[in-house]
Amino acid sequence: MTNNADQTTPQSTPIVELVGVCKWYGEFSALYDINLSISNGEKVVICGPSGSGKSTLIRCINQLEVHQAGTITVSGREVKPEMKGIEHIRRDVGMVFQSFNLFPHLTVVDNLTLGPIRNLGMSKDDATKTAMEYLERVQIAEQADKFPVQLSGGQQQRVAIARALCMKPKLMLFDEPTSALDPEMISGVLDVMIELANDGMTMIVVTHEMGFARQVADRVVFMDNGEIVEIADPETFFNNPTTDRAQLFLSQLLSH
Amino acid sequence: MTLVDLVLFGLVAALIAYAAYRVNDVLVYHWNWSRVFNFVIRVDEDTGSLVPNLLLQGLATTLRLAAWATVLATIIGLVMGYWRTSKNLTLRIISRCYVELIRNIPPVVFIFIFYFFVSSQLFPVIGIDSIDREGALVTNSVFQFFFGDPKLLSNFLAGMLCLALFEAAYITEIVRAGIQSIDKGQWEAARAMGLSRFNVLRDVILPQAIRKILPPLAGQFITLIKDSAIVSLISIQELTFLATEVASSTTKVFETWITVAAMYFVLCYGFASVFRYLEKRAAKANR
Repeated sequence: MTNNADQTTPQSTPIVELVGVCKWYGEFSALYDINLSISNGEKVVICGPSGSGKSTLIRCINQLEVHQAGTITVSGREVKPEMKGIEHIRRDVGMVFQSFNLFPHLTVVDNLTLGPIRNLGMSKDDATKTAMEYLERVQIAEQADKFPVQLSGGQQQRVAIARALCMKPKLMLFDEPTSALDPEMISGVLDVMIELANDGMTMIVVTHEMGFARQVADRVVFMDNGEIVEIADPETFFNNPTTDRAQLFLSQLLSH
Repeated sequence: MTLVDLVLFGLVAALIAYAAYRVNDVLVYHWNWSRVFNFVIRVDEDTGSLVPNLLLQGLATTLRLAAWATVLATIIGLVMGYWRTSKNLTLRIISRCYVELIRNIPPVVFIFIFYFFVSSQLFPVIGIDSIDREGALVTNSVFQFFFGDPKLLSNFLAGMLCLALFEAAYITEIVRAGIQSIDKGQWEAARAMGLSRFNVLRDVILPQAIRKILPPLAGQFITLIKDSAIVSLISIQELTFLATEVASSTTKVFETWITVAAMYFVLCYGFASVFRYLEKRAAKANR
C-alpha cells in the first residue's frame, strides 16, 4: 500500500482536480461545491448513502454527466460540457459500470480490441495480443471467443475491467462495480481490483465494500446530499468518523 | 389435417370454381393468354430470337426503381433516424417535420406535388435534363443495366426520388425505434471508452439496432416494391404503368393484371424469403 503522506505533498500535480463543482437537476442539487484533488497513483474510495451523488461525481470526471458550475481538470486539461476533444481525455480514463455494459454483439476479445483499434490505431493482431494479456490477468482468457451473455456476472465484470485496461488508462473509475453481482461473484472482481491497485493504478471507486476500502484506499470520501461531508484515511474514517452523518451511515452499514 | 381444414379447402376451391364460371359463362369472357404473353416476351422479327417485351421491361424498371429507391431510402432513413434521436434541436425539428409531413399526406398526393417540383425545378437546375441522350456516358450497357433506357432517365429518376423520399419517412421511424431500443449503458460504455461519435454509432449502436429492426425493415422494403406501383400515376414507365397500356390496347384485362400480379408476387415473395434467411442467420450469430 502506498504511503498516505504522498498525496498531501503539494508539488505532485493532481491527475484529477475538482474545484467548486455543482450540478442541479432542476431544483434538486445533485452535486454541491465539490472540491477534490486526486494525485497520481492514489486510490480513493467514495461512499455514502444512495442518492448522495457518488456516481454523478465520477461520471462528471469523464463527462458522461455534465456539471453546471466549477472546474474539472483531468491530467492537466479542463473538461467542459459539450467540449470538442473530450474523446481524447476519455481515452485516458477507464470506466467500469455497475451493469458491466459489455457490447453483446461482440465476442469477449472483440469487446477488448474495439477501443485500441479505433482509438489508438492498433492493428488487429497487436490489439488481440494485448487483449489476451489482460484477459489472462483477469483469469478469463479461455472465454475469449464467447459472447458476453454466455458468461456469469462476475466474469462479465472482469471482462469489463480488462476492456478498460486495454486502453492503457492513467486513471480508472469504478461505479459500484460489485453491486449487481451475486455474493459469490464479488470476491473475484475485488481480487482483480486489489491487484490493479497494487500495480499502482490511480483509482476512484464508488463502492459499499468497506473491506475493500480498508485494504486499498488511501483516502475515503464520504458524501451525503450531493456534498462531500468528510475526507479521511480509512483508519480514521472507519474508527473515528468526525461527522454525525458519517457515524450514522457507518452504523447503518454495520448493523446488517 | 382435420375435417374442418378439408371443409375449408373445399369451400375455397368451390369459390374459385364459381368465380371462373361467372367469368366464362356469365360474362362470356374470352380468355386469350397468348396475346398477353406476347407482351411479356416476343419473337424479334429481324433476328428470330426472343426479346423481352413491355411487361418484362416494366418489371425490370420496377426492379431498378425499387433497388435504387431502397438504397436511397435506407441512407435517408439512417440519417433522419439518427437525427430523430439527436441532442441537436434543429436536427430533431427537421427530421420530425419530414416524418410527420410525409406520414400524414396520402402517398399519391405527395407524389403529385413532389413530382412537379422535381421535374420542373430540380432537374433543370442540377442538369439532368441537359445530359446528352446519345452520349457515350449513357449509351453503354452498364449504364443501361443500372438505369434503363437513357431516353427515360429523368422520368426514371423522378419516380425513384419520389418513392425513396416517401419510403424513407417510414424507415426513419423504424431506425429511430431501433436506436432508442438500445440500452443507455451501451452508449455510455462506448463513449467512456473514448470512441468518436461516428464510431459509437457504427461499432456499437447500429449493429445492435439493425439486428432488432431487420424484421420491420424487411417488411418496409417489400412494401416499397408494392408502393412502386403508385409512381405509374406520374407516368413512370414501370410494370403497373405499362400493364395499364397493355390492358387497354389488348382489352385482355384479366390476363394482363393476373400476369402482373404474379410478377409482383414472385418478386415480393422472393425478397421476403431472402430476408427471412438473413434474419435466421442474424439470430444464429446473435445467440
